[in-house]
Amino acid sequence: MSEPQSALPGRRAAGFATVAEAGLQGMITLRGDLASPVLAAAVQQATGCAMPGPRRIVQAGDRAAAWMSPDELLLILPHADAPGAATALQAALAGEHALVAEVSDARAMFAVTGDKAVQALAKLFPVDFAAMEPDEIRRSRMAQVAAALWQAAPGDWRIVCFRSVAAYAFGLLDNAVRPGSELTA
Amino acid sequence: MSARLSRGGRLIDRTKPLSFRFDGRTMTGFAGDTLAASLLANDQMLVGRSFKYHRPRGIVASGPEEPNALVGLGEGARFEPNQRATTTETFDGLTAISQNRWPTLDLDVGAVNDALARFLPAGFYYKMFIHPRPFWKHVYEPFIRQSAGLGRVPQGGDADRYEQAYAFCDLLVAGGGIAGLTAALAGARAGQRVILLEQAAHWGGRAPVDGAAIDGQPAADWVAGTVAALAAMPNVTMRLRTQVTGLYDHGYALAGERIADHTPGDGRPRQRLWRIRAGMTVVAAGAIERPLSFAGNDLPGVMLAGAVRDFVVNWAISPGDRTVIVTNNDDAYRTALALLDAGLVVPAVIDARASVTGALPQAVRARGVRVLEGRAVAKVKGGKRVAGVAICAQAGQGAVLEEIGCDAVAMSGGWSPAVHLWSHCGGKLVWDETRSMFRPDPARPPTGDAGQPIAVTAGAASGALTAADVLADAHAAAGGQGPAPSAAADDEAPMEPVWIMPQGAGPALKAKMWLDYQNDVKVSDVQLAAREGYESVEHTKRYTTLGMATDQGKLSNINGLAVLSDALHQPIPATGTTTFRPPYTPLTLGAIGGEARGEIFQPLRRTPIHDWHQAHGVEWEPVGLWRRPFCYRRPGESSHEAVNREVRNTRERLGLLDASTLGKLVVKGPDAGRFLDMLYTNLMSTLPVGKCRYGLMCSDNGFLIDDGVVARLTEDTWLCHTTTGGADRIHAHMEDWLQCEWWDWKVHVANLTEQFAQVAVVGPEARRLLEKLGGMDVSKAALPFMTWAEGRLAGIPARVFRISFSGELSYEVAIPASRGAEFWEACVAAGAEFGLMPYGTECLHVLRAEKGFIMIGDETDGTVIPQDLGLGWAISKKKADYLGKRAQERSHMADPARWRLVGLETLDGSVLPEGAYAVAEGTNANGQRLTQGRVTSTYFSPTLGRGIAMGLVRHGPDRMGEVLDFPTVGGKVVQARIVDQVFYDREGAKQDV
Repeated sequence: MSEPQSALPGRRAAGFATVAEAGLQGMITLRGDLASPVLAAAVQQATGCAMPGPRRIVQAGDRAAAWMSPDELLLILPHADAPGAATALQAALAGEHALVAEVSDARAMFAVTGDKAVQALAKLFPVDFAAMEPDEIRRSRMAQVAAALWQAAPGDWRIVCFRSVAAYAFGLLDNAVRPGSELTA
Repeated sequence: MSARLSRGGRLIDRTKPLSFRFDGRTMTGFAGDTLAASLLANDQMLVGRSFKYHRPRGIVASGPEEPNALVGLGEGARFEPNQRATTTETFDGLTAISQNRWPTLDLDVGAVNDALARFLPAGFYYKMFIHPRPFWKHVYEPFIRQSAGLGRVPQGGDADRYEQAYAFCDLLVAGGGIAGLTAALAGARAGQRVILLEQAAHWGGRAPVDGAAIDGQPAADWVAGTVAALAAMPNVTMRLRTQVTGLYDHGYALAGERIADHTPGDGRPRQRLWRIRAGMTVVAAGAIERPLSFAGNDLPGVMLAGAVRDFVVNWAISPGDRTVIVTNNDDAYRTALALLDAGLVVPAVIDARASVTGALPQAVRARGVRVLEGRAVAKVKGGKRVAGVAICAQAGQGAVLEEIGCDAVAMSGGWSPAVHLWSHCGGKLVWDETRSMFRPDPARPPTGDAGQPIAVTAGAASGALTAADVLADAHAAAGGQGPAPSAAADDEAPMEPVWIMPQGAGPALKAKMWLDYQNDVKVSDVQLAAREGYESVEHTKRYTTLGMATDQGKLSNINGLAVLSDALHQPIPATGTTTFRPPYTPLTLGAIGGEARGEIFQPLRRTPIHDWHQAHGVEWEPVGLWRRPFCYRRPGESSHEAVNREVRNTRERLGLLDASTLGKLVVKGPDAGRFLDMLYTNLMSTLPVGKCRYGLMCSDNGFLIDDGVVARLTEDTWLCHTTTGGADRIHAHMEDWLQCEWWDWKVHVANLTEQFAQVAVVGPEARRLLEKLGGMDVSKAALPFMTWAEGRLAGIPARVFRISFSGELSYEVAIPASRGAEFWEACVAAGAEFGLMPYGTECLHVLRAEKGFIMIGDETDGTVIPQDLGLGWAISKKKADYLGKRAQERSHMADPARWRLVGLETLDGSVLPEGAYAVAEGTNANGQRLTQGRVTSTYFSPTLGRGIAMGLVRHGPDRMGEVLDFPTVGGKVVQARIVDQVFYDREGAKQDV
């Protein structure tokens, strides 16, 4: 073993929706003044994405910038690129009051896909999915753990939680997509 | 006898016969039956025994209000007690047993209690079993426990699975009768997002049974059309078999969906608990019919008039060839008509009202039925089922005028709106004199955050009793535009409140008038409670147990408080109701637990090295939600032996600890140093880049809340290690102070706990291992004690901290979590030649205790300040302030008599019991022995070969050499000498090599 390992490499479950551990995902936490043009330029440089509005995620290819709080973004990019991007961001924000931290390995990510994926998610997240915009990201709770979710494409959901609870999160999703437990036909 | 009629039954499918078993007997039913209907179709009128007197009981109602027909349903891993036969759908293969009887339902030994009823009045238990005191625990309670109770407790695990789901809407409609359908349609047409939930397996409620005509159509047709219209609307969600069970603050509602109760084992979840946020909840829960209180009103065959009608029309059940109707209102005459339409005999309608002239009674008279005005039932004749009724004058004392033979009695004391949901969250009720009911007071609804109403009632739940009123009320409740659906106005005469029948009944009759069937509370019991001084309805409820059974008094509450009001000579509103609390009917624990069972009962936090531990003999220790290795047992080794081996090996050679769970908080910004100087008791702003410093954190009350090593990463960045349990708590603590108090300080915090795996390489050979892994200079010169460096070890990016919690040469290595297992395995492989052994948390504890290092949660318990622990050296005297400073100056905190940390050495070398107290001379005001100290940590030290301990002792550090007495459980006294708490390498030479 010499490759970096995600929490549950290759784990999948198929029910009325499909659940797959999405492998390692590069992630950078960026805290700072989101109104700062310097910060916006740095985000653009790192991800190719414009500054997201509150509770939004801007996606561009394999990169994205997600709004986490009034002073925090989550930058998403390929795992191997994260350390370099973090260093570059730190340099670009040298004069700013900002914190850049790589958090790729602190997380586990899952893809939940299928026409009825949202039915499985509605069992676990106290989220009004019907009111959720396509470019919206929610920091919420999946049963008993913190989790964030957004759509990479319509019906193609991404869920991020802490790495230590990956097995619990997968167990929840596996259970939630079991055939026969659809919320509507 | 009850039987299935050869024709009719709007809810049954006669082409689908079903077979089921009740108390071992095979019976048949039809698809669409409830178990109650199936039992009646098989002439099973006796379905249970009452709780206290073991009276024979039959089905009395047709819905969730049923108090009697509780059965044990299913078998083995699907057995469930106390299931209401009236809401249980019959399915092929269903198995049910009756409850609270022995040996059989027909021949029940406990029925002897009935003969003794005179000696078992209200409050019997309180009066009888109070003396002598010890008898309660040892004699009375075990005996009562054995004889009491309803169903038996399921044994073993539950075969089914359960889940929960969240839903959101503008308008939640609870109840799918004509009121609920009307409200849902009105809301949906106005563009609202509507969720419509119905507890039964079919839409329409009572209206099709009662025979209303709506918008010129039979009610059933109107219901079908409306359901179709709603189903076609994208903004409407509809669910059958789903009961809204509770309404809570902020428009939060719970609803229980019975998905597979009637199809057990089909792979679907059995039940689902819906957690709903609704802007407005329309309570369209209908109304519940009240029994009448006459002697023998609990005999099998005495049923509510509306229920009789339901059984006849919905399921083609004849309650008996001859059914006498007893009423105080016109509605019960609909039952007479339904029975007549089914070809059954109604020998008489006994009406308590002196004069009966309404349209419905006239229609019944026109069919040749005797209507006895101003009459009452003096007594129901029969043993285990109704044989006849004795008639008397309602105005009299019960002198029998005539007797009428019959198989069944249909009674109606009027209707009570089902106000439960309205009341759960604070909606108020008003007593309606003309209709003799508590109904919701629209002026005092349950309210939301801005004082806005969060619920409204519709239809019968509002107190509307005719179809026309129901429809108009429901349409308005949902803000309907345009005309409401219309129904012909019914010409119903007012009911007459009748709480006892006959009104002058004497004690003998009143002792046989049941109010609460399930808990065996009679009119005489409530009157006795009033005589004994119980004035509050809440107290009376608890004294008599009225309304305390699993049906929560759905049938008995109003009759009971009316009887109480009469006994107290006060109007009913002055008595009021007891409190309505959720759930409306019991939810299963399975549904409440939802998906949380088995592997996903609770999140279990795993470090990146978890699987390796699992594969190598680990004995786990839960640390919060984490699992950490307690020790690694080798074949044939006890835990204790494993710990001793790990300690010795770490002291002498090389140990490896998974320290990934330690909190790692990055604090950055121009004000970060100032911030940390406020959080920690010592100075962190002066820490040079590249160095580490141990720090203590206190709450603003001065108490020690966390400790750990802080490393300065850059000019404006610090990394704060916290305890495992402190990671999230201290992160929140930092954000709290930054967001609420020092919001203008320029500081950012990020919790990087899980980004890194952290491995402690500990022991004399630690350096040689890292050197073998290669990539960094870890020599004493390059990386001295209390410094850190960054680089690569074995090709893996690493941050290496030269810190020690064991007293040995020690490095803590942080690597990315994705390479944590890889690094660990590299250490294990490379460490073999140095005698490397992994060690667990217990070894860690022993190592730190031998060194006299404190542990948050052992030496601290929320009442301990750093000064108690001799940690004054870690408190800056230079700083103007830090969190806890002011508190620590208060007189009690500065008191020299506070218990302070010392080491304890038993005279006999044994291990002191955990938490043991050192006694002092004398006793306190309560006669308890005075104490002067307690043990905070205690272990066997393999290094020293005897027990060592730390403890907090009054004037402790000033009393070196003194011997204290520690009495143990069992009376033995262990003696221990006060010593310095550092037992091993007092100079600290071993860690600084």
